[in-house]
Amino acid sequence: MKNAAYPYQFQPAKVRSELIRMLPISLFVVAFGAAFGLAAVQEGLGPIESLLMSTLVFAGASQFAAIDMWGAEVSVIPVMVVVFAINSRHLLMGASLYPMLKDVTPAKRYGILLLLTDANWAVSAQEYQSGKRNLEVILGGGLVLWLAWIVGTWLGVYFGGLLQNPKSLGMDMVLGCFLLAMALGGKKNPRVLVAWTLAAVASLAAWKWLPANTHVVAGALAGGVVGYFWLEKKPEEEPAEGAST
Amino acid sequence: MTIETTTGGVLALILIMTLVTLATRFGGVFIMSFVRISPRIESFINTMASSVLIAIIVPMAFGGDAGALAALAVTAVVMLTLKKPLPAIAAGILAAALVRYSL
Repeated sequence: MKNAAYPYQFQPAKVRSELIRMLPISLFVVAFGAAFGLAAVQEGLGPIESLLMSTLVFAGASQFAAIDMWGAEVSVIPVMVVVFAINSRHLLMGASLYPMLKDVTPAKRYGILLLLTDANWAVSAQEYQSGKRNLEVILGGGLVLWLAWIVGTWLGVYFGGLLQNPKSLGMDMVLGCFLLAMALGGKKNPRVLVAWTLAAVASLAAWKWLPANTHVVAGALAGGVVGYFWLEKKPEEEPAEGAST
Repeated sequence: MTIETTTGGVLALILIMTLVTLATRFGGVFIMSFVRISPRIESFINTMASSVLIAIIVPMAFGGDAGALAALAVTAVVMLTLKKPLPAIAAGILAAALVRYSL
């Protein structure tokens, strides 16, 4: 890996510490996984099938949506459309990590993308805003989140939901609060605030008037446009990009 | 086109979902590998990144109940004052639980 074209060095110790850092949120993911496992068997999926879906798909919201469409027969195209729409935020999330990902070999690049999900991405993206390069959280954090999702599904399939009513305990808000804390922990300047305002308005408009599940991409792109036209005055940023592109 | 949910059919559906999701995980990065990262593009993806979060949260707040709103509001206030994520998230969840308990 001491290759000039791929200068990013993974630090095994940091992968481990990021894994531990994501443990608390992973416990909540176990609870969500259990809710999914329970819902999946109630919709008629077998235990192994439910586990296989969580292991391979690893995208909670889209899995819930898909099993909602389950029956004796399942229409393929609607399922594909819904899964794609809900997960299309991954496209933007992955793209936002590209300045770091281009510095690792393609095998590692696409390897760790298998573990890309909201929580570990939010940490990495937020740290990148403050000049820290952290792909270790995608790997280490992603691993523990993935395992938590599988373990949770397993518990839900065989033991039912862990909590009688997770919503009454505020459990459904864990990810929302986590993502909000990440957003507010990042850089805030007039440019970012204008982008957020536009993103908020666009996502609400899309949520109200565009087809379901398009609001995240619509809002994010609207915010991105602000960045495209309003460049930051360079203070002490990292060295110029583009050396290896 | 429909697939019967026999064992083979379910496996096929899971595989289809896996491939679609994989396309979203890989697609953005794959496309970016053809884009020259100018300062303008860099600025675009950086603002887009934090806007993803906003675009998830704002409709969640508008579509949610009083508990959801309380959770997000309390998280925001604690995060902006203490600047520590864990207490902010814990306070937010507690707020949702309390509001839902008392309503």
